[in-house]
Amino acid sequence: MSISLDRSLVTRRLILKGAGAVALIGLGSVSFGIEGALAAANDKYPDDAFKQKSDADAIKSLYGKTAEASDKVKLDAPEIAENGAVVPIAVTTTLEAVTSISFFVSENPNSLAASYVIPEGTLPSVSNRLKMQKTSNVIAIVEAGGKLYSAAKEVKVTVGGCGG
Amino acid sequence: MASTIRVRATSSGDTTEVQALIQHPMDSGFVKDAQGALIPAHFIQQLTFEHNGKTVFVADWGPAVAKDPYVKFSFKGAQKGDDLKIGWVDNKGASDSTTAKIG
Repeated sequence: MSISLDRSLVTRRLILKGAGAVALIGLGSVSFGIEGALAAANDKYPDDAFKQKSDADAIKSLYGKTAEASDKVKLDAPEIAENGAVVPIAVTTTLEAVTSISFFVSENPNSLAASYVIPEGTLPSVSNRLKMQKTSNVIAIVEAGGKLYSAAKEVKVTVGGCGG
Repeated sequence: MASTIRVRATSSGDTTEVQALIQHPMDSGFVKDAQGALIPAHFIQQLTFEHNGKTVFVADWGPAVAKDPYVKFSFKGAQKGDDLKIGWVDNKGASDSTTAKIG
């Protein structure tokens, strides 16, 4: 897999468009159970929450309640992110009956970055990579036993993740 | 056609650790191209993992997830040789899915 540098965005975009078109044509002929999978997941994509700007609004939209800080939520994030386009963030918790884990980047245009559904039998631990526009607080929210718990950490960003 | 989804699922005892790497631009919609025009948002919205017909993990993603997204999680109850089904849908309605063997 080649990840090209953004030297020539136009060319890359054309190639991606072409590749995308080919991929979509290819996908059209494949029957996969993705709709079944989404239906089984019984989880609607939280469109509204992703549109919110502030942490508070995004958390309210996603969960309908507020979080309390908890030292049982362990947020793993770098002190300094060398590349704001790819910041590895992970969270784990010792809380029980966890049903959801979400990540917010306060200074991003829209605070909510990612939200994960944790069914029973799945460990309350997620690692992912996020984009950060600039130095910002990263907040991890864990929904456990119907309540929200949070941990936050400031991550300094030297090169922003929005291509600028 | 090659799948966009690369998965490694390894089980140790009752716990299976899953790492997935997916090829996708995850364009945020905030970046401009060389001409100064905004590159439209194009990102995976939902990624689902299933084992034995049960959903074991759902990722709801926004455009702030990094390009070629990576995710790692673990779940219980699977064994070596079991199948893990993975599928994603993006904001343009495109999708991909694959089945991986738990090792």
